[in-house]
Amino acid sequence: MRDIQYTYLLKVDNLKTYFPIRKGLLRRTVGYIKAVDGVSFGIEKGQTLGLVGESGCGKTTIARSIVRLVPATAGKVFFEQTDTLSADKVELRRLRRQISLIFQDPYGSLNPRMTIGNIVSEPLKVQRKITNSEPAERAAELLLKVGLSPDYMNRYPHEFSGGQRQRIGIARALMLKPKLVICDEPVSALDVSIQSQILNLLKDLQEEFGLTFLFIAHNLAVVEFFCDIVAVMYMGRIVEQATAQELYRNPLHPYTRALISAVPAVGRSEHRRRATLVGEVPSALNPPSGCPFHPRCPWRQSDCLEQMPALKRGKNADNGHFIACWKC
Amino acid sequence: MNMSNNGTILSVKNLSTHFFTEEGVIKAVQDVSFSIKKGRTFALVGESGCGKSVTALSIMRLVPAPQGKIVGGEIFFEGRNLPALSENKMRQIRGKKIAMIFQEPQTSLNPVYTVGNQIAEVIRLHQKKSCKEAWADTVEMLRKVGIADPARRAHEYPHQMSGGMQQRIMIAMAVSCKPALLIADEPTTALDVTIQTQILDLLDDLQKQNGMSILLITHDLGIVAERAENVAVMYASRIVEVAETPRLLAEPLHPYTQGLLKSLPRLGFSEKRLQTISGNVPEPLHFPTGCKFHPRCPRGKIDKQCQTIEPVLREVQPGRCVACRHIGY
Repeated sequence: MRDIQYTYLLKVDNLKTYFPIRKGLLRRTVGYIKAVDGVSFGIEKGQTLGLVGESGCGKTTIARSIVRLVPATAGKVFFEQTDTLSADKVELRRLRRQISLIFQDPYGSLNPRMTIGNIVSEPLKVQRKITNSEPAERAAELLLKVGLSPDYMNRYPHEFSGGQRQRIGIARALMLKPKLVICDEPVSALDVSIQSQILNLLKDLQEEFGLTFLFIAHNLAVVEFFCDIVAVMYMGRIVEQATAQELYRNPLHPYTRALISAVPAVGRSEHRRRATLVGEVPSALNPPSGCPFHPRCPWRQSDCLEQMPALKRGKNADNGHFIACWKC
Repeated sequence: MNMSNNGTILSVKNLSTHFFTEEGVIKAVQDVSFSIKKGRTFALVGESGCGKSVTALSIMRLVPAPQGKIVGGEIFFEGRNLPALSENKMRQIRGKKIAMIFQEPQTSLNPVYTVGNQIAEVIRLHQKKSCKEAWADTVEMLRKVGIADPARRAHEYPHQMSGGMQQRIMIAMAVSCKPALLIADEPTTALDVTIQTQILDLLDDLQKQNGMSILLITHDLGIVAERAENVAVMYASRIVEVAETPRLLAEPLHPYTQGLLKSLPRLGFSEKRLQTISGNVPEPLHFPTGCKFHPRCPRGKIDKQCQTIEPVLREVQPGRCVACRHIGY
């Protein structure tokens, strides 16, 4: 068998990111918030993996751990052959050339004092890859690619609408010709009629440049449209993972089922009372024992209160459909 | 549309609200008319900046002065024209007969008072009740909106509660005086989907118990589909289409409504590409001439008249109004 990390562009293996809770005069660590608690997944080249889940479930922390914006506590993250978590400064710099990020807030993620041309070519300067007149030319070319006129190069972010700003953010992310693009809620701050434009644009760019995406979102319909494989997260863990089609046709985990049925949708036949989840997401400061979903789960039994279920192949499921549930 | 119907609780006629700023006049709401039936939910749907929230604030007479001003139109509520009322009279209606809940419960609750205090204040303001009675009512309201252990939680501060709970508090406060009309401005936008369902179900239940009408403001057509009997679609300060919800969703007439519905990714339909509406939402200071949608509309791009003449909202089928010169002729 070949080493598993070679078949994937990105392979995350049992990643844990804990944040210490400090209290008292000496700021002693009294406990940990387990933001990401043993997450594993792999993305093949050219694929899109979607992470879905409600706020606070750890989606963004995974993204930030991969690029070392927050230190991971344990686990391994392989990008091609390199373990990003143990990479030294030089390696890390090289990695960040190949992994780029698109952020949620198109207002907060562009420096208001920089021109669009400078914003888009900034990554080249940071990576000290300037050769002759290249940055400006490449910036102009990328602006065209994302559907903006190169005439905008000398304007400032405040002159643009949310959708246009997100296009600028995308152009910046592509500046260094990355292999992996992490999109953290790229459309959730945009108007409905603009969302579809941006999603189509990302798909076109993926095809043209052979990009691989890690796509983080809370909107299930957007994730189903955009992703090949979807992982559903709850309280720092993946509870179900399958291809997008399989997940929506045959959701197995009770949380996934509730999540899908909670989405208000146009074109459903009747207005119905659905299987509403009772209660709220428990506090991460004081997580429940056993399966973290058990306090809200309609299928709970005694096992669930005691032991954490592992992510494993489902009984009535396709290949590649994994569930963490004692009852599935 | 028959506006003088007896079952109507609120009717807005030709409402226009403008903001007079240093950069120019922002015509946030122009010539908006609709009516809400007793005990029903009416949805106002549109993208950011289209004027839906300003419409709600105009009804409450809470448009920020001195820049903002209702410059024309009438708002009839229980036979009275709200813009013509004195501030004193309006105060008796606001919070009692018409209540409002906002998008962000965190910023709408006062952080230095307990939640019980804030709800009791509303009750004492509008009803002749002693402190004790008001407190008892408060606890009862909290129980009604599904807060466990209400007697204890009434003594807590907003920051001790989650976003979903805070929105429940806002709802308890809004319905504590049994309003005839509840204006819910994006009540679930800041919440997770599973909590969103709980909150919308709660509003449904309260509506059934009290028979109140709801003006639901949202950008989510899915919520409209499941929760509202009637809907008005707003675009760039004007209503472009009004209809019963099932008819609007099954057969949208205005090109904007059509485009909006087509551009939604839907669960369970795996399309390769999404259809889009080209262009951007226009800015309020630089609205296009003629039909405001013409730069993004397949017909408006070529039709000279769309580019110069503003279409008016007309009834094209019984109970259906559309503002587009290509529909109905």
